[in-house]
Amino acid sequence: MTTRIERHHYDVVVIGAGGAGLRAAIEARLAGKRTAIISKSLFGKAHTVMAEGGAAAAMGNVNPRDNWQVHFRDTMRGGKFLNNYRMAELHAKEAPQRIWELETYGALFDRTKDGKISQRNFGGHEYPRLAHVGDRTGLELIRTLQQKIVSLQQEDKKQHGDYEARIKVFAETTITDLLLDGDRIAGAFGYYRESGEFVLFEAPAVVLATGGVGRSYKVTSNSWEYTGDGHALALRAGATLINMEFLQFHPTGMVWPPSVKGILVTESVRGDGGVLRNSEGKRFMFDYVPDVFRKQYAETEEEADRWYTDPDNNRRPPELLPRDEVARAINAEVKAGRGSPAGGVYLDVASRLSAEEIKRRLPSMYHQFKELADVDITKQPMEVGPTCHYVMGGVEVDPDTTAAAGHVQGLFAAGEVSGGMHGSNRLGGNSLSDLLVFGKRAGEHAAAYADSVGRRPKVSTADVEAAVERALAPLERKGGESPYRLQQDLQTVMGDLVGIIRRRSELEDALVRLAELRDRVNRVSVTGGRRYNPGWHLALDLRNMLLVSECTARAALEREESRGGHTREDFPTMSPKWRTVNLVCSLDGEKVRLEHKPLPKMRPELMMLFDRAELAKYLTDEELAEFDALTAEAHAEEAAK
Amino acid sequence: MGNQDAPAKAGTIRHFRIWRGDESGGELTDYQVEVNEGEVVLDVIHRLQATQAPDLACRWNCKAGKCGSCSMEINGMPRLGCMTRMSTFDENETVTITPLRTFPIIRDLVTDVSFNYEKARETPAFAPPPDLAPGEYRMQQVDVERSQEFRKCIECFLCQNTCHVVRDHEENKPAFSGPRFFIRAAELDMHPLDTRTDRKEYAQASQGLGYCNITKCCTEVCPEHIKITDNAIIPMKERVVDRRYDPLVWLGSRIFRRGQDGAGQSPRDPDQLGVAHSHAGASHEPGAETDAERGLHWGRQVPQPQAPAVDSRGRLPISEFAFDRPAAPSPFGDDVTFPMPAKDLNYAHPEQQD
Ligand SMILES: Cc1cc2nc3c(=O)[nH]c(=O)nc-3n(C[C@H](O)[C@H](O)[C@H](O)COP(=O)(O)OP(=O)(O)OC[C@H]3O[C@@H](n4cnc5c(N)ncnc54)[C@H](O)[C@@H]3O)c2cc1C
Ligand code: SF4
Ligand code: SF4
Ligand code: FES
Repeated sequence: MTTRIERHHYDVVVIGAGGAGLRAAIEARLAGKRTAIISKSLFGKAHTVMAEGGAAAAMGNVNPRDNWQVHFRDTMRGGKFLNNYRMAELHAKEAPQRIWELETYGALFDRTKDGKISQRNFGGHEYPRLAHVGDRTGLELIRTLQQKIVSLQQEDKKQHGDYEARIKVFAETTITDLLLDGDRIAGAFGYYRESGEFVLFEAPAVVLATGGVGRSYKVTSNSWEYTGDGHALALRAGATLINMEFLQFHPTGMVWPPSVKGILVTESVRGDGGVLRNSEGKRFMFDYVPDVFRKQYAETEEEADRWYTDPDNNRRPPELLPRDEVARAINAEVKAGRGSPAGGVYLDVASRLSAEEIKRRLPSMYHQFKELADVDITKQPMEVGPTCHYVMGGVEVDPDTTAAAGHVQGLFAAGEVSGGMHGSNRLGGNSLSDLLVFGKRAGEHAAAYADSVGRRPKVSTADVEAAVERALAPLERKGGESPYRLQQDLQTVMGDLVGIIRRRSELEDALVRLAELRDRVNRVSVTGGRRYNPGWHLALDLRNMLLVSECTARAALEREESRGGHTREDFPTMSPKWRTVNLVCSLDGEKVRLEHKPLPKMRPELMMLFDRAELAKYLTDEELAEFDALTAEAHAEEAAK
Repeated sequence: MGNQDAPAKAGTIRHFRIWRGDESGGELTDYQVEVNEGEVVLDVIHRLQATQAPDLACRWNCKAGKCGSCSMEINGMPRLGCMTRMSTFDENETVTITPLRTFPIIRDLVTDVSFNYEKARETPAFAPPPDLAPGEYRMQQVDVERSQEFRKCIECFLCQNTCHVVRDHEENKPAFSGPRFFIRAAELDMHPLDTRTDRKEYAQASQGLGYCNITKCCTEVCPEHIKITDNAIIPMKERVVDRRYDPLVWLGSRIFRRGQDGAGQSPRDPDQLGVAHSHAGASHEPGAETDAERGLHWGRQVPQPQAPAVDSRGRLPISEFAFDRPAAPSPFGDDVTFPMPAKDLNYAHPEQQD
């Protein structure tokens, strides 16, 4: 078969048009680079559009006591100290600037009384911190960035007579392979979904901003796009993945009707006063406050209720514990037979706020339940349960430049596809700010890298031919299984055996089944032609889903402790020893290799931001001894002054 | 482990007709498919893909009415597939799904919506105040709320698809940006800190706002319930009047007054103003939608929507005096004569047998 291949030349190719991708592209274009943005769906429809609650940034608009140190502390706590401290630090420091910048692009956030950006409470954040627009913050974010790109294109049109002179969006285009010249990125290969034609981008720098992996699970808040493409592309290009065992199951997904099972109910419902009850009507979260959080959370309903109006003198309600805790609590209540008819628990906001208030503060939740479940949330409680939501794991990157680790040059990663920032568990609202902070850094450093390469790397014809062959294989093969069937089976394996609560035997079983699935996926075949053929698209995505699922299962089997988004029934507690370890996946031929790597050590002055009592819950004895030495030193210095 | 399945009633088998084909042509294809309690149209399409039609092309992302990808025409109504519950149809009703008609077909339910992205690119961007640094922006909630309404837009392009100015009128596309971009212009016009002052004039001169004759069909189909006409288009037109003469507002207010004066006539709500006419199922009465879907003959020739009567410059006539007929344009379009042949009517007699 002869195939025509369209070729493009760019300085920076950004794969992904979500928050991270668009922010990276803006930065690369501002640095004067010719930039391409590639996206599997239409421009402006990436996953970021679905984010509801808000973007976390310590602007201190609502509570002036907030600052980057507090945000940093919350982020580390939420991630159970497994975060890459440097990423958490950069994130906490730079998020406010990135949010304010959006206003200069035209964003309209909700306001405080004195006209600043309003901030709302969210699980795990000590102060009201999430910049938001009702419950459609992601839409505002993506639309703002989209419109900023349009405005840059208008500038280019003025200057060069062509909107696309320096920045072009390739919508509905899927990248299936990264191409290398030795160890250096040389380009990206993919197909237009509309026509099925192939396209080749030659560029020295590629930014991965492809989002997450949730589509490998049956109950998920994620869309068809989330097949772990970026994770897989990075692995195959020689980069490494970390923390893949950590998946966030959002505690409140819809559980009824079955067809919408998994769709998200934003955490703001709880931040704005909603409470969780079991079938006996009990506010059960008070029974599930773990020791590490005991000091920050209320012990009685009265205290919890006072917190909404007087947060300075009361402790927060346990409904606002980090997501992993709430998800596990719901799971436990349902298992104990105190669940709702559809297998969830009740989230009640109707008895807590007036109907008007609910409609004003949570308009899209009101509509979502009205239209999808025929439930009026101003009158009835919602039925909710855990849903696969976010992957903490991802491409191992250099915190400052976002350059991928491993043995590849010219590859950068930002957003959900990168790992490290959130440790073992992400706080709500920390993703949108993560996209902006590291998206910008990725664009900046990809541009700088593109400048620094002397001779441009060359794409080899053989590699392109191999990529074409791989892409066409499912169409040409006859008699294999349907991709839909395989996807279902994969989802079953992951949902049943690598879900919220994990066990050794099940994880081992999962690996066996994934190996079987790999053979079946290698023989997948699809009917129809190349034009907008969703069966074909899925068949190509399956390869990525499978690879990434294997990384998750392997890492989950290896990590013998429970922490954040990884719960082992056979190792139910956190182990300080495991806190010092990152599990790193790489690809060796077709095989996934797993290695232990020590976690980077937090700088002393950051360490000193925490109480000894708190650190004692996480650190090993040696680390604590070091901390004690540090404090002693600091005291001595003070005394000397 | 999150996979406790809800007790769902066993599914029923339902009849679907889905348009399959590409730009060279196609046809409605019949499917019998299982439908379970609580499902939406998009679920049924997914089931079809997984069982009978693996290459059935359809866009979707969020499945929660947030991304605006799954726009289609369901029983002639422009809607989001993920927000159309199967329970809104009768048990034995055939559900007919066709692609958006205003945009060129790519394949099956997928159309080429690049028209909208081109228009987006032509609309002048936000002009930030030069003297304010990031972090210094101060705005009051009441002042941002008006623009925020328009920023709810999920770019499903259902309004663009519905607007008769471009639906079946390819020739109007170059000059007309459509309701989605009128609200974008309005949003910027009402933005407390936007420094451009000519948004309305621009809308009138370069976006084709004059083509709009306030039929409100766009507002009716908007899944975000944005009051496109009342809150964006009419204010934009009205404010243009300050400096420029806009015929429609003038005409509209005359009809309004006449309506109120008429003895025995109920006073007309200004909301009901404008030249109502029917196109492709976009009806104007609450409840009419369900009525219209009952027992209709979908194979009939759908009445063509009418472009407003414009002069040789593509503008609406300046006033009744310069107009080529004695009164306001017919709400049914100018080339419709009465009585209409029964087969062309979008109406099913309540007592009909089938
Ligand atoms: C329902 C929901 C609610 C959420 N709410 C919040 C919240 O309130 N606050 C918060 O901080 N976070 C929230 N999150 C998480 C957050 O939205 C995501 O983590 C974030 O948007 C990811 O952004 P991204 O830029 O990394 O990728 P995305 O926005 O997902 O974009 C990925 C892009 O990559 C493209 N892509 C993928 N693979 C390929 C390929 N092979 N070829 C070409 N292009 C490709 C896709 O088309 C897409 O454009 C929420 C998530 C969900 C699902
Ligand atoms: S009011 Fe009618 S004519 Fe005007 S934009 Fe909306 S649909 Fe088009
Ligand atoms: S205004 Fe409404 S109908 Fe039009 S594109 Fe936006 S959301 Fe869709
Ligand atoms: S799939 Fe997103 S609006 Fe329907």
